[in-house]
Amino acid sequence: MTHVLDPDALSRESRPVPAPLEPFADVTRSDAAFRAFLHGLPGVDQVGAEARAKVLGTRSIKTTAKAWAIDTAISMVDLTTLEGSDTPGKVRSLAAKARRPDPADLTCPSVAAVCVYGDLAGIAKDALAGTGINVAAVATAFPSGRASRAVKLADVRDAVANGADEIDMVIDRGAFLAGRYLDVFEEIVAVKEVCTRREGGSAHLKVILETGELVTLDNVRRASWLAMLAGGDFIKTSTGKVSPAATLPVCLVMLEAVRDFRAATGRQVGVKPAGGIRTTKDAVKHLVLINETAGADWLSPDWFRFGASSLLNDLLLQRQKLRTGHYSGPDHVSVD
Amino acid sequence: MSTDRLPVRKTYKLYLGGAFPRSESGRTYEVHDTKGHFLANAARASRKDARDAVVAARGAFWKWSGATAYNRGQVLYRVAEVMEGRAAQFAEEVAAGEGLSATRARAAVDAAIDRWVWYAGWTDKLAAVLGSSNPVAGPYFGFSTPEPTGVVAVLAPQRSSLLGLVSVLGPVLAGGNTAVVVTSKDRPLPAVTLGEVLATSDVPGGVVNLLTGDAAEIGPWLAEHADVDGIDLAGTTAGGLAMELERSAAGTVKRVLRAAAEEPDWTADPGLTRMTPFLETKSVWHPIGV
Repeated sequence: MTHVLDPDALSRESRPVPAPLEPFADVTRSDAAFRAFLHGLPGVDQVGAEARAKVLGTRSIKTTAKAWAIDTAISMVDLTTLEGSDTPGKVRSLAAKARRPDPADLTCPSVAAVCVYGDLAGIAKDALAGTGINVAAVATAFPSGRASRAVKLADVRDAVANGADEIDMVIDRGAFLAGRYLDVFEEIVAVKEVCTRREGGSAHLKVILETGELVTLDNVRRASWLAMLAGGDFIKTSTGKVSPAATLPVCLVMLEAVRDFRAATGRQVGVKPAGGIRTTKDAVKHLVLINETAGADWLSPDWFRFGASSLLNDLLLQRQKLRTGHYSGPDHVSVD
Repeated sequence: MSTDRLPVRKTYKLYLGGAFPRSESGRTYEVHDTKGHFLANAARASRKDARDAVVAARGAFWKWSGATAYNRGQVLYRVAEVMEGRAAQFAEEVAAGEGLSATRARAAVDAAIDRWVWYAGWTDKLAAVLGSSNPVAGPYFGFSTPEPTGVVAVLAPQRSSLLGLVSVLGPVLAGGNTAVVVTSKDRPLPAVTLGEVLATSDVPGGVVNLLTGDAAEIGPWLAEHADVDGIDLAGTTAGGLAMELERSAAGTVKRVLRAAAEEPDWTADPGLTRMTPFLETKSVWHPIGV
């Protein structure tokens, strides 16, 4: 119902705003309302977040718990190659590694997904047929996201048509930082729509916030909520092309966001830190952070992923160390 | 100036990857002179320090082994120059640690510096002495050249704290290997000072890593480590621990320089015997007349 005194009336009529989630049904009715909602989220105590992440990082995880953590982390890896120089051969060899990360040890779990550029998704899909390993494709003018919406949506359609099971989209950070939150929201909604496959089902949507460009943890919290309200299945820290990428305090804030979002709406959203996680120790710190922040429900590849390439080799070296009792070396894992 | 000044008690750290970190374990131990007087605290390296040192040594390997032999010689000679400048400090530490007179300690330091220069000179002569142009019965050239083995773990002699150390470290470096050294447990101070010398000369970080502590504790981890290519057991004596380490080293087919029955006299002419175990012979065949 339009009322002349309703300040939101015009914007509501001009924009086809999708149906938002129940308790937040009205927050996206206008730019002003959405801004008011996002800025009304509780502020993040940056010093406190850093201290909390640091304390949790000191937990000592040993023996059987460490073995479990390593296997869990391996099963959560999105094995990634996002280089201009990627070739079909490189994608195939990465897919082979994803199936069987440690060919000398059949008890080693396979990874969760292989993450490539959209044009190579088809090759990854063929190479992973029948393995249950997903193909994730980055889209929407990754990594900068600087293209018109039509181009971004075409990019996504193309990746989905090539067989991508998961789409890693970037948000429009320029619009976000300029305060045009509803633009960012609508774009995610539009991308989510084209993730739907003609034959039924839908590609999983991961929304990359690129936290290194969002400057503050308050912005990270706002962007997390924005992405979740828009229907993202995962929120992901970074593209890996910007430094700083995934840091523990950022991940802490995002885990709090998914926890609070589930409490408010009943819908669970996954988290994927990407970029800069290179050692087993880093990965274990993240697992501790999940357990202590969002809870054990997120300790599964369905709800938590590591976007990484070199991390997997370090996990394998540590796994070999636990299995054999002596230190292994880089000659004992593949060079990607 | 007051005469009852409190001396600053030193707590030394490890030399690892070109930096001076504390032991990951946080442990230290007291170092005493031969009469039992306190000299300083030294870091007591753990297996994880050894692991980190191997990573540092592997990281530095391509740069060091890829440098020209001439350049390696220059860099090692520069180390001798810096050692010469700190000879008095070395002599004091050797005298206290080994219980030598000032004159004999100074002689040991001089011998150590001379030994270092000697190995620096060998870098660009190894290929000429150990390599060959092979006589082959066919239309080929056949060349053999010595190449470094890789990352070498060195258990440094327990008694001769500087001359012994230089006598086992020099040959490893001259051939182009990088080293993870476990120093003498009871007499680590000259090694600590050598670390400071290396850090202020031109040796790239990670080429030499010095771990103060107990070879019996760290040695087995290095002997089993799959990314260590050779091990020098000079810091042990034959039998017991040395036997165990040789057995572990066989698991990854390391080059092993075996321990002597007792610590040798390091003043003797070393020859090439400590260099050749950590050199691999690469042969290249090249067709001619095509």
